[in-house]
Amino acid sequence: MSTTTRTLDVALSTPTLGSDGTIRHVPLTADARGTLMPIDMAPGSEPDMGSERMLINIGPQHPATHGVLRLVLELDGETVIRCVPHVGYLHCGFEKIGEYRQYNQIIPWTDREDYLNSMGNNIAYALSAERLFGIEITPRCTVLRVIAMELSRIISHLVWLGTTAIDMGAFTPFLWTFQERETVYNLWESWVGARLTTSASRIGGMAADLPPGWIDGLKGFLRSLPKTLDETDRMLTRNGIWVGRTVGIGVMSAAEAINYGLSGPLLRAAGVAYDVRKDVPYLDYETYDWDIAVGTKGDVYDRYLVRMEEMRQSVRIIEQAIARLPDGPINVDDPRVILPPKRKATSEMESMIHHFKLVMEGPRPPVGECYVATESPKGEKGYYLVSDGTSKPVRWRIRPPAFVNLSAISKMAEGHLLSDVIVINASIDIVMGEIDR
Amino acid sequence: MGLTPATSPSSVTYDPPSQDGWVTTRLEFLVNWARANSLWPMPFGTACCAIEFMATAASRFDLARFGMERMSFSPRQADVLICAGRVPFKLAPVIRRIYQQMPQPKWVISMGACASTGGMFDNYAVVQGIDTIIPVDVYVPGCPPRPEALIYGIMMLQEKVKQQRSIANQQQYDEMTIDPTSKLYIPPSRIDELSEPFGNSVHQTRSAP
Amino acid sequence: MSVVLPGAALPQSTPDPVTPRHVPHHGGEANPSVDGLRVQFGPAIGRHDVMWGETTVWVDVTRIREVMLWLRDDPEQQYDYLVDVTAVEHRDLDLPLEMVWHVRSLPYRRFLRLKATLDKNAALEVASIEPVYKAANWLEREVFDMFGVHFTGHSDLRRILMWETYAEGHPLRKDFPLRGRFSRSEQLSQALAANPEARYSMEELSVADAFHELPADMRARLAASVRTGET
Repeated sequence: MSTTTRTLDVALSTPTLGSDGTIRHVPLTADARGTLMPIDMAPGSEPDMGSERMLINIGPQHPATHGVLRLVLELDGETVIRCVPHVGYLHCGFEKIGEYRQYNQIIPWTDREDYLNSMGNNIAYALSAERLFGIEITPRCTVLRVIAMELSRIISHLVWLGTTAIDMGAFTPFLWTFQERETVYNLWESWVGARLTTSASRIGGMAADLPPGWIDGLKGFLRSLPKTLDETDRMLTRNGIWVGRTVGIGVMSAAEAINYGLSGPLLRAAGVAYDVRKDVPYLDYETYDWDIAVGTKGDVYDRYLVRMEEMRQSVRIIEQAIARLPDGPINVDDPRVILPPKRKATSEMESMIHHFKLVMEGPRPPVGECYVATESPKGEKGYYLVSDGTSKPVRWRIRPPAFVNLSAISKMAEGHLLSDVIVINASIDIVMGEIDR
Repeated sequence: MGLTPATSPSSVTYDPPSQDGWVTTRLEFLVNWARANSLWPMPFGTACCAIEFMATAASRFDLARFGMERMSFSPRQADVLICAGRVPFKLAPVIRRIYQQMPQPKWVISMGACASTGGMFDNYAVVQGIDTIIPVDVYVPGCPPRPEALIYGIMMLQEKVKQQRSIANQQQYDEMTIDPTSKLYIPPSRIDELSEPFGNSVHQTRSAP
Repeated sequence: MSVVLPGAALPQSTPDPVTPRHVPHHGGEANPSVDGLRVQFGPAIGRHDVMWGETTVWVDVTRIREVMLWLRDDPEQQYDYLVDVTAVEHRDLDLPLEMVWHVRSLPYRRFLRLKATLDKNAALEVASIEPVYKAANWLEREVFDMFGVHFTGHSDLRRILMWETYAEGHPLRKDFPLRGRFSRSEQLSQALAANPEARYSMEELSVADAFHELPADMRARLAASVRTGET
């Protein structure tokens, strides 16, 4: 009895592994009784089965996107063909508001954009504004700002470490890193009064000088942090699951990384030794004895190693800074920008007027513009300020490192599996507050 | 009132406590106690408050002692939506959809100044309080609120949950529709006019001195 | 894999960079690339300024892509890193809109700011430098979203921070009020009406199956490549 075969033109196939290891779809036919059987095909030919790709949406509310990020993935099975990120779900008009605030009033906003690195942002903004005003800060302020920025880098990397580990299923480092952060929160709180959103810097200085005993608290933290880092290192660095999930994932070569404008640990892991602290120094970073961590392959594992090493180098910098912290005033003695001491403002007429003008009107810089870049834990963070001589900037532009870094995720995620997308996203260390501003 | 219940008048209305049976009251107490002590949060964390929320869940402040360590990122399995952080207009339909996806009984904690009132972001991009989109049970002020403050807010919510007359009266879960014909109804545009900022805050919107 | 070192094109005897101190408001040494630009592009390069240690060069807006290509590829310049693309609108509304590009040369350790003016009475159009630097992709989308500047030759020019059908305008323009043009209730209604998952670009929907599932009007719009989100 001859069987009549007909090819069904709906995508009816069975997946099978071809000789080169890729998934091939073998089309099926049905004979007259409806039994399915594969059509024999010439090796190497692939039937046009129509697209079997799925378009799936991750976010904007999702536990593993580190904020309100929406990723639209085109998947072929588990493999990502294309990844399109959508941002803007946390756009709060920072740059617009900056045009309606005095230069000192902008400082609380700098806390809230990259909220994991608030002290770093405060200081980066103060550096930019001080350049615009033409002010040189005091030596004590310079060293103290280095301490604050490095501490801020450490706690930002601790969050990164905890959340990346949790994304890959390692729950415990999250608790360790957040416990270390609590020590630093205590330090911030005793110094400026706030745990997270510090608003610690002012144009020309800092909000307050250190309380007594602060340095001892800091030294205690510097003794306990390396132990936590070692513990986490022992748990993760040579862990088969960790290595298997991170090595070779999300690779960016050096040339690509530069062209995509990546900065920070992503760029350094790709093998480009660009660190703003070394190449465009500020706050006397060139006078400290420390190294940059540079990776070789540009994958997620290298980024992890770079960030771990950065934390240790930050400890080194802070120890040197503590040793050289000079006494002296913390604020520059410039009545155009710094408020007079309270007892003078309440007793002397001149100080009272000067206090009044600074609070009501705000300090006014000369006409001009400047861009000062700093190395935030995410990358090159710069503030571009344009002034027209009034007390509010014409333009306050935040150069967001995480924004530019995230735009490369489509390049990084192509060809990887769905679960790798989560790992790659975690390795970029995004903070939506900074990306969306 | 400007609100009318969505159910028909013939359904069960509120029973005064004296008419509740002993078994019903005990059962209600048990159910409320169980709910209050195992509120599974859905952390709708957007910004800095989310970091303080994570710190609250971590070892020092430990939400697990409230039964809340199981973060439910799927709204279908959550009891309380904790909106931690500022909500811009682009995110507004998302939070509303998440709230609608949560099954009853559900509560909402608005954590932080931005979620409660828009906070420092009185501009074109930010929703001036999530209570304009979803009903809120507890507001926790702060920018960001300390973990102790959030825990205080959670404990307030637990008190509220324990006082719910959940078994006897199903009507409280029905979402009421607005009656535009009522005398007390104020149209949204009029609310906008009435709530224009006054006092010093007007000067915050001047671009240059 | 060898490490790329910044400053590799500088002579070995060049001292390492130091923290700048007492930077003058005006004056100081201009970036040597300015001379190179003048030689290469002549009249397309306008004046230059040295302010607070940074050099700003004014460029003819119609030649910006050539200038960027040359700056990136010329062996004496090698500006391989795009730092930022943004725009500035001044409070004096008669002044034109300024486009600002920040580029950095890692091999020569130089930083340059390029500026071009856009007449506000004409269409705000600039050539996209996305073909030169991939970093410009999102940065230009943001300038489009916030200022309304069209970048010709951009692969995917859509709004990025606001939702694509945002109707109030371009927020960072000076004639856009801080609280937006519509009332709060209207803003809320418009925001809630936007379906957060409905907006896919043509790029995302090149998958044939998904395209057929879209509503007919969206299909027609996408097929005609009508850009959404503009005012």
